[in-house]
Amino acid sequence: MQKTYYNPLDLKKFSKITEWSEDLGNKFFEYYGKVFEDGALTAREKSLIALAVAHTEQCPYCIDAYSQDGLQRGITKEEMMEAIHVGAAIKSGATLVHGVQMMNKVNKLDG
Amino acid sequence: MATKSLHKRQSDLASSQRQIEILSNGIFQNGDLPTFKSKISESNQFPLKAKSLEILQINVGYMCNQVCDHCHVDAGPDRKEIMTKETMKQCLKVIQNSGAHTLDLTGGAPEMNPNFRWFVEEAAKVGIKDFIVRSNLTIIKANKHYYDLPEFFKKHNVHVVSSMPHWTRGKTDKQRGDGVFDRSIKALQELNAVGYGMPNSDLRLDLVYNPSGAFLPSDQMSMEKDFKKALMDDFGIQFHNLFAITNLPISRFLDYLIASENYEDYMYQLVEAFNPAAVSNVMCTNTLSVSWDGYLYDCDFNQMLELPVNSKIKHISEFNEQLLEGRNIVISQHCYGCTAGAGSSCQGTVA
Repeated sequence: MQKTYYNPLDLKKFSKITEWSEDLGNKFFEYYGKVFEDGALTAREKSLIALAVAHTEQCPYCIDAYSQDGLQRGITKEEMMEAIHVGAAIKSGATLVHGVQMMNKVNKLDG
Repeated sequence: MATKSLHKRQSDLASSQRQIEILSNGIFQNGDLPTFKSKISESNQFPLKAKSLEILQINVGYMCNQVCDHCHVDAGPDRKEIMTKETMKQCLKVIQNSGAHTLDLTGGAPEMNPNFRWFVEEAAKVGIKDFIVRSNLTIIKANKHYYDLPEFFKKHNVHVVSSMPHWTRGKTDKQRGDGVFDRSIKALQELNAVGYGMPNSDLRLDLVYNPSGAFLPSDQMSMEKDFKKALMDDFGIQFHNLFAITNLPISRFLDYLIASENYEDYMYQLVEAFNPAAVSNVMCTNTLSVSWDGYLYDCDFNQMLELPVNSKIKHISEFNEQLLEGRNIVISQHCYGCTAGAGSSCQGTVA
C-alpha cells in the first residue's frame, strides 16, 4: 500500500491525465500554456502569482514547480517570499474579515 | 564556497574518466533515462557530423583568479596549465589560413597567460570578423597590471563576453565568490566608459548568464530584458546581448549536483527538455576547441572530459580543415546540456 498521498514523481506524470479524457485534458493544457505566456502581465509576474496561489492552495506539486520556475526566470528568493506573504495576508485577511460577520451575529443576538 | 580546484583538492571528480563513468552508469545504464546516443537516434540525428568550421575556440590556460562553484574547466589560481608561445604561434598559423569567421579566446582567465597580449595583438592583425575574449570582468580590477584591459581590448577591437550570473549581489557572489559582484560592476562601468556595450557601438559587450543552481535557464530574451533593466536602473550599465547558457553536468557543477543530491533530478530535467531542433545547431558542429597544449576537441566540454576529436588530426600543429570536416562528433550524456529547451552554446541559445 502506498504510504503517502503525495509522491514527488507524480508531478512528472501530470500530462498523463489526458489518457483518460483526451479532449478535455488537451484543452486544459492548451489553456494552461496560454495563461502563462507574456500578455498584459509578464510571464515573470504570472510566475510569482502562481507561486503565491500554490501556497494558498497548499499544492506541493505547484510549490515545487513554481519555485523552480521562479529560479529559472531569475526571480530572487526575496521576491518569492514577498509573493507568499501576499497570499498569506489574503488568507489571514479572509479569516479575519469574517470576524465582522461574527460581530454582526453577536450584536444581533446579544447587543 | 571552495577556494581550491577539484584537482588541488585531489577530488575523484578531478578525473575525467570518473566523470564519464558517472555520466554513463546509474540512471543511464539501468534504462531509467535514454543515453544521448539513443535519444538523437530517435530523430535520425546520429551520428552528429562536423560541418564547415566557423568558430575556433582556443583555451589559453586553466589558471584563473576566481574559483567559481560551477566552473566546467575546474579553473582556479592553483591550475598551472598555460598555453606556450610556441603553441600560440601554431594557432596563429591556423587562424590565418582557416575559413573560421570567429576566434574565441577562453580560459581560465585568458588574460593571466603571460603571452596573452602578444597573442591578441598578432591575432587581431589577421582581421578575423569576430574576435572574442571571454573575460571574467574581475580580472580587470585584480591588480594594476590589468587596469588598462578595457583600452587594450578597444585598441584591438576585441568583442568582450563576460559571465554575470545575476543582477543581484547575493546570487552572483554565491556562485563566483565574495566581492565578485562589486568588482564586476566596476569593470562593466569601465568598459562602458571606453565605449563597450553602448547602443550603436561597434565595441561589442555581451554577458553570459548561467543558472546559480540545479535548474535550467529561462527564456534568453526575457532574461536579457530583466538584466538590462536592473543593471541600468541600479548602476547605469549597458551591454548588447545576454547569452543564456545551461550548466553542463561535468567537473565542478557535477560535483555540486552530486553533493547537493540534485544529480538525478537535473539529468531528468535535461532529458525532459530535450529539443531535437537544437541538435542540428549545437556548437560542436561548427566549432573546434583547442586546449592549452594544442590538442583538438569538438567543444570546450569535451576538452575538459578529455574526449579528443574523432579524426586522424589530433593537434593544432597538424591542422587540416578538410580532414576535420565531416568527422563524427564525440558524444556522451553531458551533451543533453546543449540540447535542452532552446539549446545552449557559448553563443547562447541555438533553437
